[in-house]
Amino acid sequence: MSEHILLPEGSIEKQTTTLNLGPTHPATHGVFQNILELDGERIMQATSTVGYIHRAFEKIAERRPLYQITPLTDRLNYCSSPINNMGWHLTCEKLLGVTTPKRVDYLRVIIMELARISDHLICNSIVGVDSGAYSGFLYVMQFRELIYEIYEEVCGSRLTTNIGRIGGFERNFTNAAFEKLEKFLDEKSGYPAQLKEFENLFSRNRIFMDRTIGCGPISGERAMNYGFTGPNLRAAGIDYDVRVHSPYSSYQDFDFTIPVGTTGDCYDRFLVRNEEMWQSLSILKQAYQKVQEFKGAEADIFHADVPAYYLPEKKDVYTKMEALIYHFKIVMGETAMPVGEVYNSVEGANGELGYYLISDGGRTPYRLHFRRPCFIYYQAYPELIKGGMLSDAVITMSSLNLIAGELDA
Amino acid sequence: MLSNSIIQQKLTEKFGDQLIDWQEPYGMLTFTAPKEMNLKVLQFLFDDTELNFTFLTDLQAVHYPDNKGAELAVVYHLHNWKDNIRIRFKVFTDIQTPDVYSATALYQSANFMERETYDFFGVNFVGHPNLIRILNVDEMDYFPMRKEFPLEDQTRIDKDDDMFGR
Repeated sequence: MSEHILLPEGSIEKQTTTLNLGPTHPATHGVFQNILELDGERIMQATSTVGYIHRAFEKIAERRPLYQITPLTDRLNYCSSPINNMGWHLTCEKLLGVTTPKRVDYLRVIIMELARISDHLICNSIVGVDSGAYSGFLYVMQFRELIYEIYEEVCGSRLTTNIGRIGGFERNFTNAAFEKLEKFLDEKSGYPAQLKEFENLFSRNRIFMDRTIGCGPISGERAMNYGFTGPNLRAAGIDYDVRVHSPYSSYQDFDFTIPVGTTGDCYDRFLVRNEEMWQSLSILKQAYQKVQEFKGAEADIFHADVPAYYLPEKKDVYTKMEALIYHFKIVMGETAMPVGEVYNSVEGANGELGYYLISDGGRTPYRLHFRRPCFIYYQAYPELIKGGMLSDAVITMSSLNLIAGELDA
Repeated sequence: MLSNSIIQQKLTEKFGDQLIDWQEPYGMLTFTAPKEMNLKVLQFLFDDTELNFTFLTDLQAVHYPDNKGAELAVVYHLHNWKDNIRIRFKVFTDIQTPDVYSATALYQSANFMERETYDFFGVNFVGHPNLIRILNVDEMDYFPMRKEFPLEDQTRIDKDDDMFGR
C-alpha cells in the first residue's frame, strides 16, 4: 500500500480523488467531516474537522453555582451521562472536602458500571451495524432500555440523567430499582446471557474477524503520545485505568481485572470492550452484595451529612429553620467555596474524563475545563485510517466510539 | 518511589530558581516557569528517566485580566504512569504578544488541545503545524473565553424575543 506516488498539487495528471466523508453521511455518526484523498478505494491522506458544534459549556459554567453545572456534564458523553455526573460531584467533593459514606460509594459504583455497560454495548453493537450485522444491535438494545429504566427509578430521567448531588443521591434507591438490577444481573434471562449470545454472534465470526482484524491499528507508544485513554488505549496494550491508578468512590474495595489487547485494531477494541462489560457485571454483583450487607439505619444512608452543600428534604424546608436557610443558600449559590484549584478524573466509558476547576471563592467557578477523552484521541483518526480502504475508515470511526458531545465542551 | 519533593528537587537542580511559585493544592505539585522555558521544562520532564512524564493529560489556558503583563496562563497537566504521579505546570504570558512555544513536537496530543486553547484564548503557539480555529467558525475575530466577554445578563429587558419565552 505504500508504493503509490502522489503527484504534485494541481497536476493535470492527478490520479487521486478527493472525497468528503461526512458531515451528514450516516456512517459518520453525525457531524464528523473528513476530507479524504483517495487512490481508487485506498485512503492516501485524510483531514478531519471536529464540526462546528460548540455549546460554550465552559463559559456557561462560569456563571453557574456548582450544582447547576451537573446538567451540563450530562451532555458531554451522553451515552454514559451518569459517569460524567458522578465525576463532577466527586470533583466538587474534592474541592469542598466532603467525604461520602461507603453505601453512597457503592451505589455510585452501581450506577457508573451500569453506565459503562450501556456505553460499551452501544459502541460494540454499532461496530456490528457498520460492518453489516444489524441483529446484534437489536439484541442488546433491550438491555440498554432496562438500564435506562433503572436510571429512571433512581433519578427520574433516562438519557441526560442529572443523577445524584454533591454528597450523594437525591433519594434512596427504591425496591423497584433493585428488582430491576436483579433482573439485569440474572444469569439466565438477564444481560450475562444476552452478552454471551452477542459474543457468539461476533467474536469468532469469520466475516466479522476478516473485517476488523488489522483495521485501524495503533501501537501502544503512538496511542500514548496521542493522548489515548480508556478502552482504545488498553486495546493497544497499555493497562492504564483511572479506577485502578487513582481509585475514587471506593473502587479499591472491588476485585476486577483490566483487559488489554495487543495490536490496537478494531477487533482488539471490540474484544476489550466486551471483556470490560464482563468485568463491569462482576463489579455490579459485588457492589450489589455490599449494598445488601448494610442493615438497620445504615441501609437508609444515601447521602453524606453535609447540610451546607446537600439540598435538604422539601418537607424539612417547610418546617425547620436550618433546612430553610440551607435550602435558600444552596439554591441561590451562596454556599462558601474554598479558594483553590483541583483536577479530578474518573474513568469514563471512553477514557480519562477530567475536570479542572479553579475557584476564586466566588459563587461560581472562575474557570472550569473538561478533559474530554474523545476530543483528544480523535486527532489520531487520520493516521489510523491512512493506507486503509474507505470502508475501513467507517468501521474505525465507530470502533473508536466517537461521541460528538464529547468533542465539544 | 517518586514523590513531589523529589520532583521539586530535581527540577530545582536543573533550572535553579527560574521555576517559582511551588505549591501543592490538593496534593498535586504545581509550579510556574518563564514562558520561554516551557519547552525546556517539558523536554526535561519527558526525557529524564526518573521523572518520565510521558503523558500529557491536559492543556488549557486561564485568563486573569487583573494580572497585568501576565494575563494568560497556559496550564499543563502531566502524568507519570509508571509511578502514577501527576504534576501541574503553568506559564504566564502577556495578552499583547501571547506567544508560547508549542508542545506538538513532544506530544501529538497537544495538537488539538493547543488549537482549542488558541481558539478560545488566542494563545499563539509558536511552532504549531496547523494553528487554526477548531470549535468556532473560521471567520470569528475574537477569543470568546476571555473574561472581557461576559455571558448575557439574564435580566436584560431591551431584547424583543417574546417568541422564545424570555
